[in-house]
Parts: sequence; C-alpha cells; structure tokens
Amino acid sequence: MIYADNAATTKISETAIKTMTSVMEETWGNPSSLYAHGQRAKELLEEAREEIARAIGAEPREIYFTSGGSEADNQAIRSMAAQGKKKGKMHIVSSAFEHHAVLHTLKALEKEGFEVTLVDVHEKGVVVPEEVEEALRDDTCLVTIMFANNEIGTIQPIAEIGEICKKRGIPFHTDAVQAVGHIPVNVKDGKFDLLSASAHKFHGPKGVGFLYAGKGVRLTNLIEGGAQERGKRAGTENVPGIAAMAKALTEALEGLEEKRERLTKKRDRLIEGLKEIEHSALNGAADNRLPGNVNFCFEGIEGESLLLLLDDKGICASSGSACTSGSLDPSHVLLAIGRVHDVAHGSLRLSIDEETSDEDVETIIRSVKEVVEYLRSFSPIWRDLVNGKKEFIL
Amino acid sequence: MALYSEKVMDHFRNPRNVGVIEDADGIGEVGNAKCGDIMKMYLKIEDDVIRDVKFETFGCGSAIASSSMATELIKGQPVSEAMKLTNKAVAEALDGLPDYKMHCSVLAEEAIQSALDDYRKKKES
Repeated sequence: MIYADNAATTKISETAIKTMTSVMEETWGNPSSLYAHGQRAKELLEEAREEIARAIGAEPREIYFTSGGSEADNQAIRSMAAQGKKKGKMHIVSSAFEHHAVLHTLKALEKEGFEVTLVDVHEKGVVVPEEVEEALRDDTCLVTIMFANNEIGTIQPIAEIGEICKKRGIPFHTDAVQAVGHIPVNVKDGKFDLLSASAHKFHGPKGVGFLYAGKGVRLTNLIEGGAQERGKRAGTENVPGIAAMAKALTEALEGLEEKRERLTKKRDRLIEGLKEIEHSALNGAADNRLPGNVNFCFEGIEGESLLLLLDDKGICASSGSACTSGSLDPSHVLLAIGRVHDVAHGSLRLSIDEETSDEDVETIIRSVKEVVEYLRSFSPIWRDLVNGKKEFIL
Repeated sequence: MALYSEKVMDHFRNPRNVGVIEDADGIGEVGNAKCGDIMKMYLKIEDDVIRDVKFETFGCGSAIASSSMATELIKGQPVSEAMKLTNKAVAEALDGLPDYKMHCSVLAEEAIQSALDDYRKKKES
C-alpha cells in the first residue's frame, strides 16, 4: 500500500504508541486525584504541556488540551465571539477556504447576529494581508485565517496578518492543524492570540489536540464540568493521548528542515510527473505550499472513480469531488480558487510524507496517468472536448 | 464495510458495453458536468429489438456501474420491455446502492429512456 493521504490522517508513530500503552498500563490514575498514583498522571500531563509549549514557542499555561482541531477551532472562535459581543463587536474576518470546523462555526454565529467577511484567496490560494486589513472594522472582534490549507496546502502570510491584527488590537486565531509538525510554527513569530492543532496530523493519536491561547485571552467553555484545563475545558484528561501527542510532536520536529527539504523534492517530482498529463493543472501556488501536498485537477474525469481505481492499485488518496464530499457541490476550496464545477469534480489530493519513497512517487505518477487515461477513454465530456464540441478549460 | 456492493465494484471495474455506436438508431445524453455526472447511451435497434447498446459515462463509481448494469438489462430486449426499465431495477440488480447514490440509477434510467425517445422520434420522421 502506498499511503498518500497524510493530510487526512497520519500513521501513528512507534514512540507515540509506546507512550500511550505505557501510560495506560502504568499511569492510569486520574490527574485530579490527590494520591501519588493520580499525581504521577498529573506530572505526565504537565510535562506534555511543557513539551508542546516549547515546540511552538509558548508558555505551558497557554496550552489547553482538547479533543482535536475541530474543538480547538470551535472554542477559539466562540470565545472571541463571546468577548466581542460583550463590547458590541460582532464582526469576524476569515477566508473563503477555511476548514469546515471554522466555516460552520462562523455560519452558526451568523445566525446569532454576527457578521462575517470572508476574504478572497485568489487563484493561487493565498490570502492577501492588505485585503484582510481592508476588511477590518471598528466592530471586528476576531480574525481567523488558517496557517496552511488542508486541501491545496498553500501556506498563508500569517505573520503579516498577525502584525496587522496586533496593530489594530484585534484577536488573531489560526487553524494550524496542517502546519504544526510539518513546517516551523512559532506563536511569537506569528503574533497569534489563538492557535489550533491536532495530534493525528503529526503522527500522534486521534481524538486529541490543543488550543494555544496567549496571555490575556479569555476563553469561553464549550464543555462545562470539572476544573480541568484551568477551568476552561471540563472532563478527565486524555492522559495517554496527550502524552503521546507531546512525544509525536517532538519527534516530528527533529531534523525538520532536512525532512522538509527531502519531502519537497519528492513533492516537486510528483508535480512535475503529473503535469505531463494533458489538460491538467496544479491547484494552488507551486511555491510556498506544504512540503507533502500535491493537488491536481484533471479535465474530463470525476474524482471518486479516480480514487477507487487508485485504491485498486494500492494507492490511498483523496478528492474534492462532490461524490466524495457527500454533497452536490465539489470542494469549497477548489471553488474558492476559481475552479469551475466541471473541473473541480476531477480533483486529486496526494499528501505524501517521509515514508513515501522515490519509487512510490514514480508508481503514483504512472498509476494516475493510467487511470486518468482509462477514465477519459469512455468519458462523454472528454470526447466532446477532443472533438472540439466543447472548449478545454485547463 | 465497503462503500459499494461487490456487484457495483464488479461493474465499475469491468464495465460492460463501454463505447460508442457510430450508426446508432437512438442516442440519449443526461446529466451535466456541473453536478459531476453525465451519461450517454447509444442504441442499435432492429425490428424493435435492442441488438446492441453502448455507453459513455463521466461520473463516480456508482454512475459507471449503473450505466453498465442498465445496458446489460436492456440488451437483447424488445423496445417495449426496455421502456419499462426503472432506476429501482438497476439498483436492485447491483445489490443496492447507498442512499445518496440512488440518483446514479435514476440517471441510468433517464439515459436509456432518452435514447429510446430519440429512436422513436427518428422513426417517426
């Protein structure tokens, strides 16, 4: 099997598994209990908090453990909305291609009376900081822009956006789920007030993540109950998951630059190989994208059938076609970068990692070429395009 | 659990009657690229019997399987029988489709009916 869907989830690392099982076997006490067995779990929890804080340049007290990226996104946005509402500030700025954890939370807030401005991400899939600045109003209570896009991998100019927000005194949140553990992320450089991350995107376990909330940021609870996480997130902590997340993050950051360089080379070879397919196009800017992300549109074919046939060849990938999203519309990300429906249905996302060999890359290129050619051979759209009855878009 | 039944996967992996009939007696095309599914059916009819049928499809796995199964169901049948083809029959012959994929079988039914309409019109004129 060639696993090329690391943006969906990553394989948990050996270290993370060992950490989890050892915590479950030996340190299974409740961190809130006062006896030594519980307090050992508490120590592990706080060690993990320190390790994670160090990894992103934060203070331990600024890290709140959550069930994952979606919860962190929800809490970050809800918190700033609640603070804003108190001051009569009910406007939020975000981008058109955020993750649904952000977009759907914003939709819910709109129903509660908030106004949302989504800035354009343009053809390259990159937010323009000046346009964020122009969107700001006196009643803006939050700017939330993702660090790197989950579908097309484009890295956003978050440091510039952070600078603008800081100047105007507006809280800035970034969904860094795809970035943490893959590219350098430092809360000081980014000038973030809030940042969301998820363990299973960097070879940690599923169902655990964290929210960074800088000093002075007031969080609102999504979950009420006990006093865990400084009273901001109730529920007995997922100690095995949290400890494993910290270890996985440290491991992911070891030799990050070298790993990134090696991976970028493979990514670029993959892009070069797939470009040879006629009437195809890379989605998102070629430069300044996540080192493992490749996303293409192929004209005349549909993404789900492409994925099923790749699966038959042992390749795991994903697509932004309507059929894979379970709705009638293709990916909102592809539409946001200006791909028309016809073409967006024929998209393919490959997200490779360290374990993807050069040989795997060649196998992927060969397989995608074969499958695209095969599907085009009986596609009525392709026939019309080739016969000149329709004009090629790509 | 797999996304599709074995039957769907079989018809998706090895679609029957793929291609074009150059001198078709009836051609039907339904769906649109915007929604992500287009089916085109070609019929060769002699003495009101469907002697040959071919299809081309742009779409997901169940759209391709539905087209393939629909062609199998009407091949060799009298036109009067083919006109009775329903999406339900297509889905059942495939051992079922997920709820949100039922529209693929509807499209297959419509493509066949559209090709039969075309045949009738050509015959009348």
